[in-house]
Amino acid sequence: MAENKFITDSGIVINNLYQPDSSNTNNELPGEFPYTRGVQPDMYRGKLWTMRQYAGFSTAEESNKRYKYLLANGTMGLSVAFDLPTQIGYDSDHVMSEGEVGKVGVAIDSLRDIETLFDGINLQDITTSMTINATASTLLSFYIALAKKQGADIKKISGTIQNDILKEYAARGTYIYPPKPSMRIITDIFEYCSNEVPKWNTISISGYHIREAGSTAVQEIAFTLANAKAYSEAAIAKGLDINVFGQRLSFFFNAHNNFFEEIAKFRAARRMWAKMAKDLGATNPKAMMLRFHTQTGGSTLTAQQAENNIARVTLQALAAVMGGTQSLHTNGFDEALNLPTEAAARTALRTQQIIAFESGVVDTVDPMGGSYFVEELTNQVEAQAWKYIEKIDAMGGSVSAIEEGYMQNEIATASYKYQKDIENSEKVIVGVNKFAVKEEVAPPSFRINDSIRIEQTEKLNKLKAERNNSLVQANIESLEQAAKDGRNVMPHIIEAVENLATLGEIADTFRGVFGEYKA
Amino acid sequence: MQRPVRVLVAKVGLDGHDRGAKVIATALRDAGMEVIYTGLRQTPEMVVQAALQEDVDAIGVSILSGAHNTIFPKLLTLMKQEGMNDVLLTGGGIIPNEDIEELTKIGVGKLFTPGTNTQDIADYIKDWVQKNRSF
Repeated sequence: MAENKFITDSGIVINNLYQPDSSNTNNELPGEFPYTRGVQPDMYRGKLWTMRQYAGFSTAEESNKRYKYLLANGTMGLSVAFDLPTQIGYDSDHVMSEGEVGKVGVAIDSLRDIETLFDGINLQDITTSMTINATASTLLSFYIALAKKQGADIKKISGTIQNDILKEYAARGTYIYPPKPSMRIITDIFEYCSNEVPKWNTISISGYHIREAGSTAVQEIAFTLANAKAYSEAAIAKGLDINVFGQRLSFFFNAHNNFFEEIAKFRAARRMWAKMAKDLGATNPKAMMLRFHTQTGGSTLTAQQAENNIARVTLQALAAVMGGTQSLHTNGFDEALNLPTEAAARTALRTQQIIAFESGVVDTVDPMGGSYFVEELTNQVEAQAWKYIEKIDAMGGSVSAIEEGYMQNEIATASYKYQKDIENSEKVIVGVNKFAVKEEVAPPSFRINDSIRIEQTEKLNKLKAERNNSLVQANIESLEQAAKDGRNVMPHIIEAVENLATLGEIADTFRGVFGEYKA
Repeated sequence: MQRPVRVLVAKVGLDGHDRGAKVIATALRDAGMEVIYTGLRQTPEMVVQAALQEDVDAIGVSILSGAHNTIFPKLLTLMKQEGMNDVLLTGGGIIPNEDIEELTKIGVGKLFTPGTNTQDIADYIKDWVQKNRSF
């Protein structure tokens, strides 16, 4: 029985002691291929990670206030959460949007909402990450249109769109169109940005949601890297150069509870991507470096004794930093109950600042490097992840594996096992199945009013009354034609949104041409 | 011999978080029930129609998007219109306590929050069906 307790969720057996041997010695250097020890030779001595707190709710006005609050408190980059209608291509007045407007993020219907969202914020001076996938092309177009209006040089603006549709089918659920046309829109974005917005990170290939859906650490990086391969191959097939678009690929991982397995996971992911990119034909080192954002694990937060989550978030954030993350979001301790209050969001940010400025872990590069245990664990995570990737390759790659439901089934099986382990008390969750107390659950301190759908609808009515509707109609028709002809859709979306076409109108145009995906 | 308890597990609205729904579906199956899972993005109308066609004893809705105050009352109204008086409407997700109280008052069954043991949910559904089944 006892030995069962020393196995990670990924099934890696942990030994009593690790001693030096040939397999756990690491003579690599940070900033050099395969980047296991970090993508920079000096890591945080040169530049700290970007403290980037994900936020967005209600209307653009309300979210703008939260961004200004976060910036005033030392956040270094913005990260926008959109509501579900925005993510799935419905305007706020659409029947499917009922009950969802402004709930899990900010409601954005048109360029006017984006102007309000970034009111008083100069887009050339900050970087913005947008968690947006099926409608990423439209949100990026809004952003570009606003940057132009502000007089910014769009060759200089920087930020990230998530734009990772494969994990939406596999784990997160905000897809619209079938995989093939979705992949085509994504490569259109790659192509457009490499010419026009060269500093933009055109995709954030995400393991975060795969993990949140219940995968293991090994599955998280295996499926993410398999997806990265699929995007790269699609871009190469379109005639794009991996040495160019490869520099603008970024990644997004979860920081979960098992401290050392997480650190090993980040190190293994870097090494694996370097090898994978090289095999795909990359010669430019920058196209082989895995740069990633991390968010602490939302599903690890408990509603019970919610303050305990501050300790969980701290450990997870520490693993991300010791694993060499480029940017980090720390969760609010109250997020199993509601969206984070201002106070909880501040504590989350302070947690990062304490790690950065008080703990000393940033003073040297890859502090875990050379640990017999962590090096061995890095090797094992890598070896197991390659096995999954080989399996997916044999199925014909990520798109086929997802269409066959392979990733979804693997994730569901792992998540059921995790739940059973908790219920059998094989896995301890403090305050839930051990050290539980009777407690009154506090009423939600933060909630979103349903009336904002009415507000958004009024804005939409006003917009449609004020804009040049025949011009919008002409823009939509040329977008439709480009979508049909296989020409790059990005210039057409930008033109349409500059003339105040709505997000829903763009998405409906694509729905007409590409159809909708049914799981 | 009574037929097994039949449950429709549903995701309503735009919410894509289906980890909980899938775990519950599997757990209820393990507890001997027949379970139908709708998949994502169902409307209340689609759910009630599926519940009728599948002749279920209970509908379990998972919502983590905050749309619960819209979706549960709608489902309840439709179920009443169809005369589904012996079908339980239950569910779970990130739902504040005060909302749970209000929804229970209008006739929604128990709503479960994160950290609930799946066995407790299975027991609740079984007990309810035993007491309320009309055949």
